[in-house]
Amino acid sequence: MPQVFKPKANTLSWLIMAGIVVVPLAVALFGIVYEHSANATRVDLVRDQPVPFSHKHHVGDGGIDCRYCHSSVETSAVAGVPPTETCMTCHSELWTSAAMLAPVRRSLSANAPIRWTRVHDLPDYVYFDHSIHIAKGVGCTTCHGEVETMPLMRKAHTLTMGWCLDCHRAPEKYLRPLDRVFATDWSPPPDQITQGVRLVQAYHIEVDHLADCSVCHR
Amino acid sequence: MTPLLRFPPALACAALVCLPGCRQEMDVQPKLLPNGPASGFPQNAANRSLPAGTIARGDVVADDLAHAPPPVTLALVERGRQRFDVFCAPCHGRAGDGEGMIVERGFPKPPSYLETRLVAAPADHFFDVITYGYGAMYSYAARVPAADRWAIIAYVRALQVSQRADLAAKVTAGGPP
Ligand code: HEC
Ligand code: HEC
Ligand code: HEC
Ligand code: HEC
Ligand code: HEC
Ligand code: HEC
Repeated sequence: MPQVFKPKANTLSWLIMAGIVVVPLAVALFGIVYEHSANATRVDLVRDQPVPFSHKHHVGDGGIDCRYCHSSVETSAVAGVPPTETCMTCHSELWTSAAMLAPVRRSLSANAPIRWTRVHDLPDYVYFDHSIHIAKGVGCTTCHGEVETMPLMRKAHTLTMGWCLDCHRAPEKYLRPLDRVFATDWSPPPDQITQGVRLVQAYHIEVDHLADCSVCHR
Repeated sequence: MTPLLRFPPALACAALVCLPGCRQEMDVQPKLLPNGPASGFPQNAANRSLPAGTIARGDVVADDLAHAPPPVTLALVERGRQRFDVFCAPCHGRAGDGEGMIVERGFPKPPSYLETRLVAAPADHFFDVITYGYGAMYSYAARVPAADRWAIIAYVRALQVSQRADLAAKVTAGGPP
């Protein structure tokens, strides 16, 4: 009987055996790396919006406070996107015939909310609350980046679990005095850690329990 | 039995390969979220607006508050300053003179709070303007609750006093330095 397997087959069988181990690992690794890439986390990606609303013009140039529009941010879990009537407090008189604002006027007359495309969207199994962060001196720009320079809204950070934990394990790196929470020009002072440790105490933050799973998964 | 089920290691490998890339259903759960859509409801919105004529718990108290200004304290005035800078200063200006940023861009100019008519106006008038709006100015009732309205009014009064303070009179009264 002729030989079925030539000596070459040895190499092949080794390759197959190595492949069984290496290929799934490589795929898994790729999956993990991809999940944290800008492509999957959508960092810095601008989305199509029904109205090209510019935080740069309204906040950066106009100096309007976040709370004028995101008025529930201090008291509730969601910051809230402003109702059409809030736009109209100014645009009833300003840019009244601009084509760009036609969807806003249509929304007002039809009494139907404008459908903004969400830019930040945690998975539904994560619990997040704005009000506690605002009350404990975490500023908007710490999490949302330089909003006042954005012609269109984009995500400045990944919002992955590792990103949340980076702060929950050591909040002193980021905390500010309460009157600077809404400031867009705040940057950490040279002695941030010293100040931060003092603020952690002043705000009664229990850092030991801030990274417990049940804080964010409940 | 399918061949795959007869060979558990293959199943395990397939699971290992697939899992990291999966977006599971826990990610997008079938529940209504604030500001989210809600098909089946009018306007397809999870945030429902109140039926006309609804009186929420606490509204009656708020109504009482509307007719009873709280005592003026430093904390009240400071709260008032903060709320004023957020909600009123864009048009009325930080000093209440009507030279806000939005006015610079073409919004009708509101009257200065230092006008004799507004200095003489009772606090109720300011309360009503914030609650119901006035001319070109919209109502701010939805974003400024009754307690904050009184705080803002206290701060507006402080602005009126400070802006009209007669510096010259003080200097002569104290005599030349
Ligand atoms: C004049 C009103 C206005 C002001 C002032 C304003 N915003 Fe916004 N904001 C909006 C609108 C409208 C949207 C929804 C459209 C969009 O995403 O661009 C929005 C969206 C956002 C989003 C993204 C929401 C999402 O979809 O995930 C963030 C974050 C945000 N604003 C932060 C801020 C911060 C921080 C400030 C203050 C520095 C601020 N905004 C001031 C009107 C405003
Ligand atoms: C406090 C007043 C104010 C509010 C509230 C406001 N805007 Fe504006 N908006 C302005 C001003 C002032 C300009 C002109 C900006 C300029 O000239 O630089 C403007 C300009 C715009 C423009 C023109 C393009 C641009 O960015 O310059 C769009 C679009 C717009 N606003 C959308 C909106 C929407 C949507 C809302 C509601 C979420 C809103 N605005 C709420 C004051 C306001
Ligand atoms: C600790 C980080 C953090 C801080 C501080 C923070 N945000 Fe957010 N913000 C988030 C996250 C995370 C989301 C996404 C929430 C979700 O998907 O449920 C979000 C969502 C939003 C949205 C979208 C609508 C909503 O409510 O879900 C707006 C608007 C917003 N933030 C505005 C603000 C403003 C204004 C401030 C400052 C007053 C602020 N945020 C401070 C992390 C933060
Ligand atoms: C820059 C700092 C910072 C970041 C980033 C941050 N947090 Fe926090 N978080 C805090 C601080 C400070 C507290 C207040 C702790 C306390 O109660 O004293 C807090 C509290 C919370 C609480 C409330 C805890 C309670 O006991 O009620 C939740 C929930 C939470 N964070 C979720 C998140 C999630 C989810 C993310 C990521 C999307 C996040 N946080 C990102 C600083 C941060
Ligand atoms: C500070 C808030 C926070 C805490 C504390 C926290 N998580 Fe998370 N977790 C998140 C966020 C945010 C996500 C979503 C990440 C994303 O979208 O990629 C997440 C996602 C997850 C996931 C899904 C991962 C995936 O890739 O699908 C698991 C599993 C998980 N967390 C387990 C835990 C466990 C176990 C603990 C306790 C040791 C914990 N978490 C503590 C915020 C938190
Ligand atoms: C979008 C710009 C705008 C904002 C924001 C605004 N106002 Fe006005 N306000 C006006 C204009 C314009 C008038 C003049 C209305 C008219 O005469 O048609 C006015 C008039 C007034 C008057 C005078 C009424 C009278 O008897 O003449 C008072 C008092 C007042 N506003 C208080 C407030 C307070 C308090 C706030 C903050 C909660 C506020 N306004 C926010 C634009 C604004």
